[in-house]
Amino acid sequence: MITNNPPILIKMNVRLALCLTFVLALLGVNPVFSAGSSVALESPRIDAGSEKSLQRGAKLFVNYCMACHSANYQRYSRMARDLGLSEEDVSEQLIFTTDAAGEPTKVGSLMENNMTTEYGRNAFGVVPPNLALTARSRGVDWIYTYLKSFYLDPSRGGIGVNNTVYPGAAMPHVLWELQGWQKKVVVDDGSGHEKVKLELMSPGTQSVSEYDQTVTDITNFLAYMADPIKQTRHRIGMFVLLFLFGLLGIAYMLKKEYWRDVVH
Amino acid sequence: MSKLNDTVAWIDQRFPLTKLLEEHITKYYAPKNFNFWYYFGALSLLVLIIQIVTGIFLTMNYKPDGELAFASVEYIMRDVNFGWLIRYMHSTGASMFFVVVYLHMFRALMYGSYQKPRELLWIFGMLIYVCLMAEAFMGYLLPWGQMSYWGAQVIISLFGAIPFGIGDALTLWLRGDYVVSDATLNRFFALHVIAVPLVLIGLVVAHIMALHEVGSNNPDGVDIKALKNSQGIPKDGIPFHPYYTVKDFMGAIVFLIVFFTIVFFMPEMGGYFLEHANFVPADPLKTPEHIAPVWYFTPFYAILRAIPSKLGGVIAMGAAIVVLFFLPWIDRGKVRSIRYRSTAFKVLLFSFVAAFIVLGYFGLQPVTDAGKWISRICSLIYFGFFVGLFIISKNEKTKPVPERVTT
Repeated sequence: MITNNPPILIKMNVRLALCLTFVLALLGVNPVFSAGSSVALESPRIDAGSEKSLQRGAKLFVNYCMACHSANYQRYSRMARDLGLSEEDVSEQLIFTTDAAGEPTKVGSLMENNMTTEYGRNAFGVVPPNLALTARSRGVDWIYTYLKSFYLDPSRGGIGVNNTVYPGAAMPHVLWELQGWQKKVVVDDGSGHEKVKLELMSPGTQSVSEYDQTVTDITNFLAYMADPIKQTRHRIGMFVLLFLFGLLGIAYMLKKEYWRDVVH
Repeated sequence: MSKLNDTVAWIDQRFPLTKLLEEHITKYYAPKNFNFWYYFGALSLLVLIIQIVTGIFLTMNYKPDGELAFASVEYIMRDVNFGWLIRYMHSTGASMFFVVVYLHMFRALMYGSYQKPRELLWIFGMLIYVCLMAEAFMGYLLPWGQMSYWGAQVIISLFGAIPFGIGDALTLWLRGDYVVSDATLNRFFALHVIAVPLVLIGLVVAHIMALHEVGSNNPDGVDIKALKNSQGIPKDGIPFHPYYTVKDFMGAIVFLIVFFTIVFFMPEMGGYFLEHANFVPADPLKTPEHIAPVWYFTPFYAILRAIPSKLGGVIAMGAAIVVLFFLPWIDRGKVRSIRYRSTAFKVLLFSFVAAFIVLGYFGLQPVTDAGKWISRICSLIYFGFFVGLFIISKNEKTKPVPERVTT
C-alpha cells in the first residue's frame, strides 16, 4: 500500500479542511449583538453596491446626524473616493463644519462634528456617540429599527420622545420633519397577549415608504462607514483564494511525486 | 556548484550549518505513517510566524495610549495601506493559533505523545500553551475597546480572590492602578510585543529540540527507533525533508485557504473573533451588559463560573490547566495510541473532549441556571478524565501493538 494513492491524499486534504471548518462551525457563526433591546428588529434591504443609495445616505448623515454625532475615524476624501463623488462636490455640498482655525473643514480631514463634548454633555446628559462604527457594534438591523421607532412620550420632559428600541434614549427625533410623529399604542395580538405598536399620528413630508427608504439609505451609509474596505476586501479575497487553490494543485502533485517511493 | 560547496565548507568550519540542517531537517527521520492530525504542529509554527510578522507591522502604527489606542487601530484599518489586511490577519491569527494548538494537543492525547520518553516535550508544549494564553489575553486589551477593557478588568480581578491581602496587592501590581487604565495598557503592550514573544520563541525552540532528541511519535505509537536498517536508519522512518516538507507545504495551503476565507470574507467570525462590543471605545464608567472572554478561554471561564465561591472557582480554573502538566504521570499506561487502547480510554477521551466543547459554549453565554448545572457536570467530566485515566491505565486491557507502523 502506498500513501501517494490519490484518493487517500485527497481525503486527507478534505479532512484537514473539514476539521478546521468543524472547529470554526462549533463557534456557531451567527451574528450575536448584545444590543440588549427587547423588541424584534427589522432588517433593512440595503444594497452596499448602490452608489446612489450611499450618496443619499451620506447627504442625510452630514445634514442630520453630524450636527451632534462625530464619525472621526473616517475621512471625507475617503468617502468621496468610495462613493464616486468628487472632492470638490464633497467640499461644497457635504462639509458644513469648520476646523480649529475657523476655516471650512478640509476634504482630507476626519469627519468631525462641530459640537464639543462638553456642550453635548450639557445638552443631552451624554456625549452623542461616535457613529463611525455603530454598524459593527450594534448591527444594521438595530440602526434601521431604531431610526423608525421614535414616539411621542410626554413623560420625557425636554425632548418629548422616547424610543422602543432604546428606551430612555437621550436623542430627540431628529428626522421628525420627514417621518412625522408616532405614538405608542398597546394592542391585543389576538391571543390575549399585549403588543406594542407604533402608529403614525401626524405624517411628515415623506410617505411611510419614502421614510423607510431614507432610513435604509442612512443605514447603508453607516454600514459602509463602519467597514469602508469591505467591497475591495471581497474582490481581493477572490483572487487570493483562486491563487491558493491553484497552488494547492501544484503542492498536491509535488507531494504525490515525492512520495511515490515511500512504500508501506 | 563547486562555488556553493566551497561557501558551505567555509561556513561549516566556522558554524555547524550542515550539521544543524542534517540533524533537524534532511536527516531527521520521522515515521512514514503520519496522518492528518500531524499537520497541526507545523501549522502552529506557520501561525506563529504570521503573528510575529503582522505584529511587527501593526506596532509601526499602533499607539499604546489610553487616549489614542482605539483611534490608532481605526487609523490602521482605514488609512494605512493594507492596514486592514495586516490587522485582520493578526486578529484571525490569534484565534486560529488556538484552533491549531487545540487540535495539536488533541492529537497528543489520542496517540499518547506525552508518554515516556516525551514527558519534557509535553511540558514544553504546555508552557507554550500557557504563554500563548497570556499573549492572547494581553493582546486583546490593546485595541482598547469595551470588551478589551472589561474583559481585562474581570480577569485581573480574579486574582483578587486570593486571601490574606495577597490578592488585592497582586491585582494592584498587575494593573499598575486601581482600575484597568493607561498604565495597564502600557505594560500589557510591553509584555505583548516583547516579553512574552521572547519566552514563546525560546520555548518553541526547546519544544522542537526535545522532539528531535526523542523523535516523533506516530498514530500507531510504535517506537520506530527500535528497528533500524544496516545504516542505522529507522526502517519506518523517512527524512523530514523532502517528504514532510512537501507534505506540510500542501497542508499549509489548505490551512491558508481556510485562514484567508476568514480574513477576507468574515473577519469578525460572527462576533467570535472580533466581538461586536469591541467596536466601542473603552469606557471605564459604562459596563457592557454581557462580558465574555474570547472563545478560546471560555472552557476555563465556564469552570470558573460553575463553582459557587470565587476563590474556589479561581482554584478550579487554575487546576484545569495545571493538571494537564501532570498528564505523563497520570497516564500509567504502556500503550500509547488510541488504536490499541481499551474502550474505557476511548470513552474517557471522548467525554473529555465533549465536556471541553460544551464548557466552551456555556462560557460564552450569560449565566443561566441550566447553563450553570451543565457547566458543573462538564467540569466534573473534565477533571474526571484525569482521575479515570489514572485508575484505568494501571491494568488496562490493551490490544497488541504491532512491531512496525501500519498505514
